[in-house]
Amino acid sequence: MFGKLSWSAIPFDQPIPLLTSLAIIAVMLGALIFVTIKGWWPYLWREWMTTVDHKRIGIMYILLGVVMLIRGFADAIMMRTQQAIAINAPGYLPPEHYNQIFSAHGTIMIFFAAMPLVIGFMNFVTPLQLGVRDVAFPTLNSISFWLTASGALLVNVSLFVGEFARTGWLPYPPLSETAYSPGVGVDYYLWAVQISGIGTMMTGINFVTTVLKMRCPGMSYLRMPMFCWTVLSSSMIIVAVFPILTATLAMLTLDRYFGFHFFTNTAGGNPMMFMNLIWAWGHPEVYILVLPAFGIFSEVFSTFSGKPLFGYRSMVAATLFICVVSMMTWLHHFFTMGAGAAVNTAFGISTSVIAVGTGVKIYNWIFTMYGGRVRFDTPMLWSMGFIFTFVIGGMTGVLLAVPPADFLVHNSMFLVAHFHNVIVGGVVFALFAGLEYWFPKAFGFRLHPGWGKAAFWFALIGFWVTFTPLYIVGMLGMTRRLQHLVIEPWRPYMQVALIGVVILIIGAACQVIQLVVSIMQREKLRDVTGDPWDGRSMEWATPSPAPFFNFAVTPNVEGEEAYWGIKQRAIESQRMGPEPHYQPIEMPVNSGVGFYTAFFASLTGFALIWHIWWLAGAGLVGAFIGFVILAWRDVHEYEVPVEVVAAVDRARRAARRAVLEKLGQEGGAPS
Amino acid sequence: MLLMSEFKARRSLRTVALVAAATALSGCRGGVLDAQGPVGADDSAILIDALLIMLVIVVPTILLAFGIAWRYRASNTKASYLPEWSYSGRIEAVVWAIPILVILFIGGVIWIGSYRLDPFRPLSKTPPLEVQVVALDWKWLFIYPQQQIATVNQLVIPAGVPVRFSITSASVFNTFFIPRLGSMIYAMPGMTSQLNLQADQPATLLGESAHFSGDGFSDMNFEVRSVPAASFAGWSADMRKSGQTLDRGTYALLARQSHNVKPYGYKAIDPALFADIASQKIAPAPGPEPENPGHAGQEASNAGRP
Amino acid sequence: MTNIDFPASLEAVRRRRDPDHVGQGGHAPRGPVQGAGHGETGPASKRIIVGYGFWIFLLSDIVMFSCFFATYAVLQHATAGGPGIREIIELPRVEWETACLLASSFTCGLSFAATNARNKLWTQIFLVVTGALGLAFVLLELQEFYGLAMRGITPQRSGFLTAFFSLVGVHGLHVTAGGLWLGTMLAQVQVKGFRKEIVHRLICFNLFWHALDIVWVGIFTIVYLMGWIA
Repeated sequence: MFGKLSWSAIPFDQPIPLLTSLAIIAVMLGALIFVTIKGWWPYLWREWMTTVDHKRIGIMYILLGVVMLIRGFADAIMMRTQQAIAINAPGYLPPEHYNQIFSAHGTIMIFFAAMPLVIGFMNFVTPLQLGVRDVAFPTLNSISFWLTASGALLVNVSLFVGEFARTGWLPYPPLSETAYSPGVGVDYYLWAVQISGIGTMMTGINFVTTVLKMRCPGMSYLRMPMFCWTVLSSSMIIVAVFPILTATLAMLTLDRYFGFHFFTNTAGGNPMMFMNLIWAWGHPEVYILVLPAFGIFSEVFSTFSGKPLFGYRSMVAATLFICVVSMMTWLHHFFTMGAGAAVNTAFGISTSVIAVGTGVKIYNWIFTMYGGRVRFDTPMLWSMGFIFTFVIGGMTGVLLAVPPADFLVHNSMFLVAHFHNVIVGGVVFALFAGLEYWFPKAFGFRLHPGWGKAAFWFALIGFWVTFTPLYIVGMLGMTRRLQHLVIEPWRPYMQVALIGVVILIIGAACQVIQLVVSIMQREKLRDVTGDPWDGRSMEWATPSPAPFFNFAVTPNVEGEEAYWGIKQRAIESQRMGPEPHYQPIEMPVNSGVGFYTAFFASLTGFALIWHIWWLAGAGLVGAFIGFVILAWRDVHEYEVPVEVVAAVDRARRAARRAVLEKLGQEGGAPS
Repeated sequence: MLLMSEFKARRSLRTVALVAAATALSGCRGGVLDAQGPVGADDSAILIDALLIMLVIVVPTILLAFGIAWRYRASNTKASYLPEWSYSGRIEAVVWAIPILVILFIGGVIWIGSYRLDPFRPLSKTPPLEVQVVALDWKWLFIYPQQQIATVNQLVIPAGVPVRFSITSASVFNTFFIPRLGSMIYAMPGMTSQLNLQADQPATLLGESAHFSGDGFSDMNFEVRSVPAASFAGWSADMRKSGQTLDRGTYALLARQSHNVKPYGYKAIDPALFADIASQKIAPAPGPEPENPGHAGQEASNAGRP
Repeated sequence: MTNIDFPASLEAVRRRRDPDHVGQGGHAPRGPVQGAGHGETGPASKRIIVGYGFWIFLLSDIVMFSCFFATYAVLQHATAGGPGIREIIELPRVEWETACLLASSFTCGLSFAATNARNKLWTQIFLVVTGALGLAFVLLELQEFYGLAMRGITPQRSGFLTAFFSLVGVHGLHVTAGGLWLGTMLAQVQVKGFRKEIVHRLICFNLFWHALDIVWVGIFTIVYLMGWIA
């Protein structure tokens, strides 16, 4: 009846997962009860769970990403602690548990923290910057989000029911085949990643179409903000490589469930094929994450320097260059396979060639600051920290791209330090910068600057204290994924790294405090004008928080840095443009299809993990029927009355007019 | 050719580089930069070369970034403000040229290094000692076909003599790595990889697996002893005196999962064993065979524990 | 932070009036640019957006298929002592399968011609024919698989058979899913007629069905024909 599932799947005798999951369940139950008592369900259902508004979906993505970031960080703390104490000692985590933790850490951080955060920003910002009302396929967007959430749910269920993969974040066969991993851990991995991967692929399709086909009048390609270019490149990579992930995971699934021989080490299966396929997805995945991060930094550097982005066209070229070359480098993940000197040379050079694109970007950011008026608000601090950290991470990356050097440090802690250096320094710093930068646009008030700066300094210092020793110990020959160590001289490095983690914990606490303090002081931090940073692109032309229809009147862009031009003209002439002729706006109606699909996807995924075949079948049928029923509706759009549109926009104009007058009184603008 | 000469010219710099690196990474004594053989020495020299080439450009870049940010800080009204300035053909040219030039140098290092340090390439004309390596769950089996002996978790090699390793795996992926001798290479099921290494002096070194392979992975270390050539002959003669014979039966026992295995030897071997493991004529080693299934969904391997 | 809300904006305006800094203009013309990119007309129509998005999806689907093709190429000779491609091909049946699928693509095209003429009866008739041909294709393929399984030739036998069954089977699954979609579309056209979004869905369905045809041409050539010649 319940396949492999029985009461013994719940780890009653393992205190760490048991207590953790009990705590999580308690918090979730508490939240559910609280929401029920408050009677918020109708509101949540109407305004959030069924929403197709790109801004709300973006916010939900970011919320999901932050929650999973904390989960992944907790795994990291456990790993650092284990390695700091398990030196010629067993430590507190047995191998079967420790191996799950590092596998879950990688899986969660890439698929369920970094991806949702990056996609969250893509969702929130792109249509605003392009001057349109929503993405190309709003309902599909909601499905994408809920499928990602469904995958995240499955990963977290594995904490309490059964186990997670013990194979690393990429389950290399034959270790991940049934013969060597008979448990449900790898199945949890496969279905969680598969379900969320399909969501990501639809996001990619959605955003390629949005950027290419949905721009406001006048928004030609070379007038798009840099962030939109990076979103386009990132989405193109998603469309090109996520199908590879889907296919590869499907093959491993077939191996595990039906005894196929794609990657087995028997009957002609080829494990190396998995490595090639997974890295053909996996390396571009890094650029899917980092390109939008570059986009965020581009916006931040230009805004806080009070200047246009230096070398915009060469930035576009560099972005597209990275986009293409990123798909030609996957083999550097296994130089040590022994493919031969010619192959290694080719991929070593193609890998280091990517550094040309990133190098150009770094210089362009530096020259964006040249001749500027650089304001060191929190987003700018993250960006400066990024330049320092990322340049060093890029340097160690090029070292790893040199095959003979890679032969020494491949799979070592040096590698671990390297990719944390680029992903934390590149992606995570960008996400925090973006969070500060666009938070007022989402919620109408700024985040507290003091706590934000404290969080930055703790994160930067904590990062380097953690990962410098890991670089060194990697040079000493320490490989990654060791549950315990046998070399005594490595101990001090592990202990310093643990101190670094403590500093990082303080940084994370500062972030949380910042959020709480900001909510408490929201009136003081209120963004009245909708343009808190003296911004340059279209998202700052709307009030904060942005109304659900984004723009009262579809903007007509007349140059690069659309909003900057409008603002300059207004200040110069001390006059705002004439009030536009308001019209009613057609907006897409909400849809529960995303939530239903994800519900059935989670059910089917869980059933397949535990071999509960009837439930899997029922889930698929339910998904199909639900989909058909929801596709049957006749009403797709509704009209926002002209009075609502006019009221919102008149309030915005009043606020801006006040600022304009204030500027005039201060004698800022010349007569 | 140009790259070649450039590469040679760097060699003189290498001494300086190594000294600098040794100071900077003084903790690296015993690490991959403290090489005990020609392969490791060349690998680490290339690592240092590449690092230096990049530091030449990375350090000024970071300084430039902070310098400009500080010079043009908002409170410094003395700095000129150029609110429209966003393009300069000359700067663009330099900005593209710098990384391209660096990557040209690095590309040369990659090209020459990859060919010169290809793990499959023999080190010298001296006939090498043959060692066949089998990665098992979770220990290493070393077969000496010329000496007709085998060891587990202990590798003894003569100093100053090139060693040719033929490496395969009987179960999952592993990586054969002796940090202070240089290059690592994958041990892959159903395939044989080659690796040529040499230890210059007698020493005791750490050997390890550098690729996660399951629950017993942390104990997949082995002791590497390089001994004077004469003692090596003596050692192998000693080995032939006692212990079991490595044949299909004893191999089947050895192939079962176990961890933290103390080093021991076999006095004789089945000469076809390695070829049959590598070609999978002998079925791959069994995975987990737990006596009690543990928790549902967690069909655990017992990590070799009794 | 200063107490001026727009420090850079303000100073930029001051500078513009400063004759010393004339000539440092940005690289872009300040006025509107005519005909740069395709953005000048604003967002495209829903029909274009839907079709465009679906094309992108088809591209990604073809990447997915190419993984299975690549796998097939790698595992082609990994027969592990089992049967090779030559022993499992029955060309006549494959020819019938191909004929069914190509014909169904043709009738699918006819149905869309009827859709463009807003003729419900003929749209439905041709869609039904398309579905019937698709079903025939799937049944023939299942018969082939069943016959092979009866001879003990299953994907569990070897790497080659795994790749063969998966590549052909993934295409078969796509055709089956297309059939389900087709059934839904029949019902929607019947009940709702040619509403805007129904026509958009019909466009997508047509694209999907033709794409499956193209993939099949690849499979027929690479697996069956080349296997036969080999």
